[in-house]
This record gives sequence, structure tokens and C-alpha cells, in this order.
Amino acid sequence: MAGQAIDDKGISPRILVFSTNNISDPGIDLAGSSHMHYPPTVVVISVPCTSGIKPEWILYAVEKGFDGVFLAADGEECAYLPDCTARTSHIVQDAQELLGQKGFEPQRVRMSGICSVCAAPFVNHMKEFSEALIKLGSARNPAPASGRPGNDVPQH
Amino acid sequence: MNDRRIGVYMCYCGGNISDYVDVERVRETIANEPGVVVAKTAQSACSDATQQEMIQDIQEQNLDALVVASCSPKLHTFTFRGAARRAGLNPYQYTQVNVREQCSWTHTDDREGATKKAINLIRAGIGRTMLTEPLEPIRIETVPQVLVVGGGIAGLRASLGLADIGLSVLLVEKSPSVGGWVDRWGTMYSHGKNGKQLIAQLVDEAKQRKNIILLTGAELVEKSGSMGNFMVRIRVSGQKEDITANVGAIIIATGFDSYHPGEGEYGYGIDGVVTLPEFKELLDRYDGIPIRDGKQIMDVVYIYCVGSRQDESQENPNLYCSRYCCNAAVHSSILVAEKNPRAHQYHLYRDIRTYGKYELLYDQSLETGSTYLRFGDDEPPVVEKCSDGKVKVTVKDLLTFGEEVEIKADVVVLVTGMVPRRNDELVTLLKLPVGRDRFFNEIHPKLRPVETMVDGVLICGACQGPKNSTETVASALAAATQSASILKKGYVELDPLMASVNPELCDGCGECVAACPYAAIEMEEDQGKKVASVNRAGCKGCGGCVPVCPRDAIDLKGYTDAQIKSMIDGLLKEIV
Ligand SMILES: Cc1cc2nc3c(=O)[nH]c(=O)nc-3n(C[C@H](O)[C@H](O)[C@H](O)COP(=O)(O)OP(=O)(O)OC[C@H]3O[C@@H](n4cnc5c(N)ncnc54)[C@H](O)[C@@H]3O)c2cc1C
Repeated sequence: MAGQAIDDKGISPRILVFSTNNISDPGIDLAGSSHMHYPPTVVVISVPCTSGIKPEWILYAVEKGFDGVFLAADGEECAYLPDCTARTSHIVQDAQELLGQKGFEPQRVRMSGICSVCAAPFVNHMKEFSEALIKLGSARNPAPASGRPGNDVPQH
Repeated sequence: MNDRRIGVYMCYCGGNISDYVDVERVRETIANEPGVVVAKTAQSACSDATQQEMIQDIQEQNLDALVVASCSPKLHTFTFRGAARRAGLNPYQYTQVNVREQCSWTHTDDREGATKKAINLIRAGIGRTMLTEPLEPIRIETVPQVLVVGGGIAGLRASLGLADIGLSVLLVEKSPSVGGWVDRWGTMYSHGKNGKQLIAQLVDEAKQRKNIILLTGAELVEKSGSMGNFMVRIRVSGQKEDITANVGAIIIATGFDSYHPGEGEYGYGIDGVVTLPEFKELLDRYDGIPIRDGKQIMDVVYIYCVGSRQDESQENPNLYCSRYCCNAAVHSSILVAEKNPRAHQYHLYRDIRTYGKYELLYDQSLETGSTYLRFGDDEPPVVEKCSDGKVKVTVKDLLTFGEEVEIKADVVVLVTGMVPRRNDELVTLLKLPVGRDRFFNEIHPKLRPVETMVDGVLICGACQGPKNSTETVASALAAATQSASILKKGYVELDPLMASVNPELCDGCGECVAACPYAAIEMEEDQGKKVASVNRAGCKGCGGCVPVCPRDAIDLKGYTDAQIKSMIDGLLKEIV
């Protein structure tokens, strides 16, 4: 399958993408209408603006079974907030802290600016992120190399 | 769980979805989800017949919510909201699930994966819908004035159309005079009218309308507000003060640029090798035999598709057909033959597309003595300078089984295509969506051909893609009437996207007040306690205040904490 990252068990990582209704979601749509491929284990929830994402949602997603969460931000193009990038980075940091507290690697959350025609960049991001997540191992059964104690979904 | 009664409709999209997703398996799985009362498939969910069926189901089965799994929400959200409303349902009790752009089309290589993904996307949609509440759209009074950017034939004609419907117009043209490219042309196809005269006539008519203000040497420099009531700031060169105005809609008609051949591309740079617009202007200057460098033009070679349908291996290739150029070049050759019946003309083409009634132009050019030769994509004609001042063109003609033909020409015309005009500042200012071909993008080529993703901003003419002036004017009038259909009602309805504070949880810390750049959150007394309250008119619905609340007391309507978590659960549910 074109451009898909698959681990040795033939499983590709589950990625939740938060996109934005007016900018990054159309960019992701364009990847589809151009018949570009990324793994079907990538799914998208679209919101008005990435500055409105709660860090708890990111933790919730990983705890429930996603291997990684990607914030497809508007960057400079955000129509709502001039400091959108700074706000979204802050949310990512908070989420990384929350993940860390629960024993998950902070690398499980990523952000990048995706514009309304950024179809190819989006597909590349998904490829790279998938590869990075494979190295990290699944959030439920991490690769031994990651050094994290191999407990299941942490409860503390 | 709650006792919602949801109807789910899954679209085949005439194969666009069903070729890559097992739609019937999706339906069977979804039919068993809690809350789902009706689960159906349709060849085309947006068709009148299916909408009618939805309405009937909603009424007969007492459904209280609707999920449609088909294309991107950008395309049909309003269609299905309308269907919900007609059935007596609150339109915000409906959720669109994107199983085309974000599923079938992007996983054409993995039917099993795409089918499972579709199931979980719909489950997420159901999860969200379970928790919807009826909402009412926000009403905004509209300003009966339109800003038109670009004063080519598109902008001029749109302005007249708007003025006649009773909307005031602010027409802003960057260059010192209006008219765009058409103002350069003499005789034009298909009516034989003179371009300059056409423009003069339109300008004259515009001047007679009291409700059109025309500004030349002017540019849009700032925009704020939203559909129905934008504030715009216009800078006029030579004037100290900017002009500000309120407009209900903005029409972009900024036109195209002609392709600039690279140095040496088909001999460009050699004296006698010219582009089509250069040749057209030269022709239009002569009533009798056209003259170049003091010599009568007797032998003309046209090379087609220059800058269009370029090879994919090139850097930033123009993959599209510019569609106007075959007609314009064929028409130019007819004009040459009229002005100089003894001229010899050779058309070297890859493919000829004189579509529709323009086929008659092609016939006419044959009758007036033009010769057509066809070259292969891999063997383009070679253009060289001759010592006698002529230009030699060598081509292998596929119509005579690859015979090599040498022509000595006075003028070689490169039939150049249309390319997007660079307008970076405007794109940034208005957040205009740009397509893969770098022209401005409409929402839907068939159903919403002049609207953009930016509500209240419309596009028309050649800024949208190659168009001749007939097609340009048709789209200009479409943009005018579409603006009127937004503005003539007197109000527009915007999504009730709005933050709301739960006063029971709020402890009045004020973090959200500081986080809102629109000053849409204020502190209020509520039962003797200080709490935050969101002002409906000021809130833009970004949700920026949601994550800053230390008490989790703020929710964005339609994207509540519970809804997002319910979507995540749906996306992860096992498929058995
Ligand atoms: C060689 C040639 C021959 C042709 N012959 C024919 C023919 O015979 N028949 C026919 O039907 N069609 C013909 N056409 C096509 C015709 O020229 C176009 O269809 C027409 O010009 C498109 O009009 P428009 O208003 O969309 O764009 P344009 O003509 O490009 O006008 C756009 C206007 O917008 C202005 N503008 C751009 N950016 C800004 C900005 N940021 N702010 C303010 N103003 C801005 C520009 O200055 C310009 O005045 C020909 C084209 C070519 C190249």
C-alpha cells in the first residue's frame, strides 16, 4: 500500500487528527480528492480552531486507544485568533505534561500548520508520524526499546 | 444511554464511495448501534428523492436526529440542514460524516480498511448526534452594498448587475483604468465586436448608475467582520486618507495573467517569435495587411498549448487546458486572412478544442486557407532563427505519418495559456482558497460555482480558471445574483457557534475574559456570585476560552466536552 507505515505485525498506528473546519480540514479533503493515500487508521475530528482543544481530550484519546494525536493547526492563517499558533503550542505542552503524568511518551502528540491546499504536506506528516509511533510502539503495548514500563493503560 | 431516535443515511455517491467502501456492510453494522432507528443507503443522498425519503422517515418514525455519511461537510451541510428543517427537525440535530474525501477517496487501495474506518466515522457522528441540542442560528442584519475587486469585464458586468438589482457597489480597480485584458482587444470572437468599445460601453453604463462608486488605482487593504456586514478599508493611490465602508458581500474578479514563456521556450526571445496577446494587439492595429518591423506579415506559424497541459515532470507544471486559446488563435488566423488574403498560415497543434459553437470558427479558418499540422507530445516543433530574418520551424506532422515539414515564417505565434495572476496580499487578506492549479477555488463546480469557503466572499471571471469573455460574464452575473440572494433578505443566518459558561461550575476567576480577543466574555452577577457570561453577538465561536478554564466550565456549542469524548469513543469502538 502506497506510503503506509506498518509495524512488523502489519498494524499501522491509530492516529487522531484534530483539524479546523475552514482551513486544515479542506487541506485534508484535498488529499482525498487528489487520491493521495494515508493509512485508514488515521481519523479526523474537525473543530473551529485548534486553540479550542482541551489537553484532556488528547489524553482521553490516548488512554482510550489512539497511539498518537496530531493537531492540524491554522498557523498564521487562523481567522479567529492572531496568536493561534502560540495558544495551540501551549495546549500541546499541557497535553504532553498530562501524558507524561500518566506514563505516556510526550511524542504521542504533535502539531503542525496545515493550510487549505496542504494536501501533500499532510500526507507526509501522517507518514512520518506513523513511523515515529511505530518506533515508540503502541500506546497500549509499547515497544520494549522505548524503555517505558510495559503496563497496559495506566490507571494512576 | 439516552433515548434518541436517529436516522442514518449512507451514500454510494454513484460509486465514488461504494467502489472503495462496502456500503451495505457499513449499513448493517450501523443499524445495530444504540439510538439508530433507521439506517439506509442511497445512490445519491443529496438527490431530491432521497431527501424526500429522509423527510418521510423523520416524520413517520418520529426521528429526532439525522446523520448523513457522504461527502465533505463543505458541500452539503446546508442541503441536509434544509431537509431536516423541512421535516420539522431542528437543523442542528443533524451531523455530516465525511466518508468520501476523508475515507473512500483516500483509501482507494484498502477496501477493508476504508470500510472499517467508515463504520467508525459514522459511529463518531452518531456519538456526537446523541448529544446535540436544538440551536437557533445567529441573525445578522445585512448591508445592501457589495465590494467588487477588479474592474475587468467580469467586475464591470457584475457591478451593473448588482446595481440593477438595487444593491450599491464599490468597484475597486488596482490599475489606473478599468477594462482588464478585454480593453486591449479589437475584434473578438464570437460576435465580432470590438473589445475596447465593449468596455467603453460598460463604463458608460456604470457612470449612469448612481449606486456604483468606481475607484481606480485602488486596493483593498483591510477586511474585518463577517458575511452580511464586512468592514473594508481601501487605499487609493495619491490620496492621504483611506476609504472605509461597510459591505454585505465581496466579489473577487481579479482576472488572469498570460503565460510568460521561458527564454528559448519554442524559440521565445528570437525576433519574430511572439505570444498570442502580443500578436493579437499587433493585428488589431491594422485594418489592411499587418506589418511587423516594416515588413508585411505573409507567413504565420501558430504553436498551440504553450504553457498549458505541461508535462508533469516539470517544476510547477500547468497541467490544465486553458480552453480559451484554441478559439482565440483560430479566430486570429481568420482576422489575418481577412486583412491579408494572400497570407499563408500554419497551425501546429497537439489537440484542437474549438468546443461548442466555436467549431464554426475552425471551419471558417479552413475555408480561409489555414493549414493544420499535428505534432506529438514527445516531439515538439523546433524554432530557429534564419539569416534572412525569417524564423524556421521544423515539425514532424502526425497527420502525414510523421513527415518532417520545414516552414519559414515572418511571425511565430506562441499560443499561450492563461495563468493565475499573482495576488498574494489579497489571498492573505481574505484567506481566499486557492486550488491545485493556483486559481481561486469555488466550493463546488456545479452546485456552488461562484461561492468560496469564506462566507460572503464570491469569485467570478478568469481569476477562477481560464474563461473567455462569454463565460466570464456568465459567472459575473451568477456572482451578482448570488450576492443578491444573500443580501436581499435583509439578514443572514450564521451558525450558532458560541461558547457557553456553566454558572454552577464557574468560580469567576476571569481567565476566559482575558483569553478572548473579541471582548465577548464579561463578568456578571448570578445569584449573588460573580460568573463569566458570553455575549452572543461578540462571540466568534473559536473555542479559545474552552481550554483556559481551570474549572472546565466552558463548552463550545456543537463541540462540547461530552460530544468530543463521545466521538473519540465512537472512533475506537471495536468492529466485530
Ligand atoms: C490573446 C487573448 C485573446 C482573447 N480573445 C478573446 C475573444 O476574442 N473573445 C473572448 O470572449 N475572450 C477572449 N479572451 C479572453 C478574455 O480576455 C477574458 O475572458 C477576460 O479578460 C476575463 O475577464 P476578467 O474580468 O475575469 O479578467 P481581467 O481581464 O484579467 O481583468 C481583471 C481586472 O482586475 C484587476 N485586478 C487584479 N488584481 C486586483 C486587485 N488585487 N485589486 C484590484 N484590482 C485588481 C486587473 O487590473 C484587471 O483590470 C482573450 C484572451 C487573450 C489572452
